[in-house]
Amino acid sequence: GQPLGVLDGIPIAVKDNFNTAGIETTCASNMLKGYISPYNATVVQKLLDQGAVLLGKTNLDEFAMGSGSTDGVFGPVRNPWSYSRQYKEKSLPKSPSEDEESNWVITGGSSGGSAAAVSSFTCFAALGSDTGGSTRNPAAHCGVVGLKPTYGLISRHGLIPLVNSMDVPGILTRCVDDAAVVLGSLAGHDPKDSTTIQDKFKPFELPNLTDVSKLSIGIPKEYHAPGLSSEVLALWSKAADLFKDAGAKVIEVSLPHTHYSIVCYHVLCTAEVASNMARFDGLEYGHRSDMNKSTESMYAATRREGFNDVVRGRILSGNYFLLKQNYENYFIKAQKVRRLIANDFVKVFESGVDILLTPTTLSDAVPYVEFIKEDNRTRSAQDDILTQAANMAGLPAINVPTALSERGLPVGLQFIGRSFQEKQLLTVAKWFEKRVKFPAIQLEEVERHDHGVLQHQKSASFS
Amino acid sequence: AGYQITQQRVPIAVNGSLSYSLCIDNKMSQMVTKTVRIKQIQLEQDSGKSLHDDTRSQTLVDLNRAGVGLMEVVMEPDMCCGEEAAAAVRELQLILQTLGSSQAVMAEGQLRVDANVSVHHPGDPYGVRTEVKNINSIRFLAKAVDYEIQRQIEELENGGTILNETRAFDSKLGCTVPMRDKEGKQDYRFMPEPNLPPLILYDAKSLPANMNHQQVVNVDWIHERLPDLPSVKRARLVERYGILPEHSFTLLNEDGLTEFFENVVKQTQMKPKKVIGWILQDMLSYLKQHSLTVKESPVSSSRLADLLNLLEKKEISSSAAKQVLAELWKGEGKTPLEIVKEKKLELIQDQKELERICQAVIDGQGNEVLAIKAGNHKVLNKLIGLVQRETKGRSNPVLVKQLLEKKLSE
Repeated sequence: GQPLGVLDGIPIAVKDNFNTAGIETTCASNMLKGYISPYNATVVQKLLDQGAVLLGKTNLDEFAMGSGSTDGVFGPVRNPWSYSRQYKEKSLPKSPSEDEESNWVITGGSSGGSAAAVSSFTCFAALGSDTGGSTRNPAAHCGVVGLKPTYGLISRHGLIPLVNSMDVPGILTRCVDDAAVVLGSLAGHDPKDSTTIQDKFKPFELPNLTDVSKLSIGIPKEYHAPGLSSEVLALWSKAADLFKDAGAKVIEVSLPHTHYSIVCYHVLCTAEVASNMARFDGLEYGHRSDMNKSTESMYAATRREGFNDVVRGRILSGNYFLLKQNYENYFIKAQKVRRLIANDFVKVFESGVDILLTPTTLSDAVPYVEFIKEDNRTRSAQDDILTQAANMAGLPAINVPTALSERGLPVGLQFIGRSFQEKQLLTVAKWFEKRVKFPAIQLEEVERHDHGVLQHQKSASFS
Repeated sequence: AGYQITQQRVPIAVNGSLSYSLCIDNKMSQMVTKTVRIKQIQLEQDSGKSLHDDTRSQTLVDLNRAGVGLMEVVMEPDMCCGEEAAAAVRELQLILQTLGSSQAVMAEGQLRVDANVSVHHPGDPYGVRTEVKNINSIRFLAKAVDYEIQRQIEELENGGTILNETRAFDSKLGCTVPMRDKEGKQDYRFMPEPNLPPLILYDAKSLPANMNHQQVVNVDWIHERLPDLPSVKRARLVERYGILPEHSFTLLNEDGLTEFFENVVKQTQMKPKKVIGWILQDMLSYLKQHSLTVKESPVSSSRLADLLNLLEKKEISSSAAKQVLAELWKGEGKTPLEIVKEKKLELIQDQKELERICQAVIDGQGNEVLAIKAGNHKVLNKLIGLVQRETKGRSNPVLVKQLLEKKLSE
């Protein structure tokens, strides 16, 4: 017979905040535990139409709120690299009683399950979502490619929303070419999502870029953020040099409003969350509390029982910012600041810069026991800082795994491109990927079954 | 609790007006045109409903209409009484029905009307207003408004004050009562809906070139494709058929009546100006008596046309025609001609026979004849009436009058 499409037979995984017909869709929340969705999200449908095989729904932070994939109802996601030879070799057990069980590291979030699935060879591609970095962050920590497309390029219909004006479906794969293939299957106007652009999308194959002399790479100085580890800083610098030595123009640029983006994001995100979460009232679907003294008490109990603290905290904050007396000072102000942040990028791209190069995360993945010492809000504020502005501006951005850290864990770097210029973005990312030769994860279980397929990837890495 | 999308900041249209007509008196003989300004029209989504079941202490949530598109038309306080409000809303209803925007049946909740009422002395600023809800028909709208006006006047004249409150109209008692105020002043915490891109309305001038016309709203394009609005239809009826403006109102007000009228006109030689009387007086009153719609009429337009043709050809008198219509109304399937034959309602065509009867009447009414000869011509009508009675309504009154006059002048 004929193949259904370019993805026919390819195993994929989908983050559990995408609706999948006949399959439980929980958003890792008690609110939707047991909820069987009656329809497929547009992106899921597109993958299935191509013949992709859905292996499963992946774990996440509850309702995609978080940067560690630790706050979901099903528990935290473990980074497969915790079990890699590379990590185990580098980590010294602190005491004989301590074993790798307490040493495992987080995947980052909120699409941690999807990143782990791709990273551990359980599937070839996975869907994540990206609102403040939720695809790129775990991609960096798990050593996989994480693409955030331009807002409006891929349909959000069926993606249970977090922030309608910033959410995009994210693509996680093991190499940039794969990301381009998946993008080709997903992009394009959807009448069911009014925020998708009308223009026809033409899927593309990535050229093998050899000459980068016409390329201008921008290094935004504000991305040298407080808390940036010296390791990551060094890798960033080396990457810049790589481009320079190959003949590209590498210049320092400024995005002056960068440091406002986190607070701006908090106001806008929580405001939208307050609105988006209103649909969960226990009436039509999802969890309904047994409390039935009155409608109001049923709503209250349902929402208290269904949502975790993170979600409830954001709803409360959002409602506060949207009060009449606060609307002007918080919401409107944040929208104005958002415009300034977006304009920063416009100015830089107008000045001739093609692509921006930044770190994706402040450091490599931390152990879970370390991560949970701070609360979700604090962690999100810290971890989103390098990825968040691209969501504000709606720009495409991609994490490319670059090298292993001192601790044997992946570190990735981020490229940010112009609106709807995914082809250029991915072309440059592919050029970079080829040169850094990021090593394959060495998992005992996988190696036992490997018949030399992965051998060639053990060559010298970019550190 | 919940979620709703509404056009809060930038309504889709502002500064409009609605023209409507009112009868000065009850006889539908003089109509005036009035205008009410429309402050704005905004689009929104309908919300769900809560039904409170106090007996079982439970609340039922009805989401059937949630998400349905709504259009809110906000009028300025330019109307002064229930009649004006009713007429304005009636016209709006007709327009919406003509456009196909809504069937606008109030009893079904397709058109919901809240009345804001205040009173003031001439020259003073407007008084405090109350909002009246729960109005389920145009008739009730007029009642509710008039009641509220009276209530407020009485309250103020007794030294009281008017509260800025919401009241419900109780159709059984014909009065307004304060509504159970559950919500208080709600802070809705609205924010702009990010899933809906801005709605930009273009016209032919402002439309950018190269825009796919299916992707934009071009007001001029829509304007060109509007069906004839009621005011245009009415003017056309008046011009085409020579009927009075108030006739055209009644025709349009009754669903299907215009079509019925036009069908009759097509099938009969009788002039439209005469046909209209049969439609508006005879047909319409029968329909109202039996609570039937035009579509349900047992008398079809062709039947009525047949009847009117008999009348036009002077084969029957108009009183005979009315009798036939009453018979037709029974819906037994007989044609007008059959009924006329059955009941022997044909006009006497035999001139000699008529003359004989006229002469008999004259001979029998000596005093009246003298009065007529003395100059009192009104008495002639009595003689005509007597001839009619003799002939059991089968004489043509015009012809009878001629014959009597001729005889009396001999």
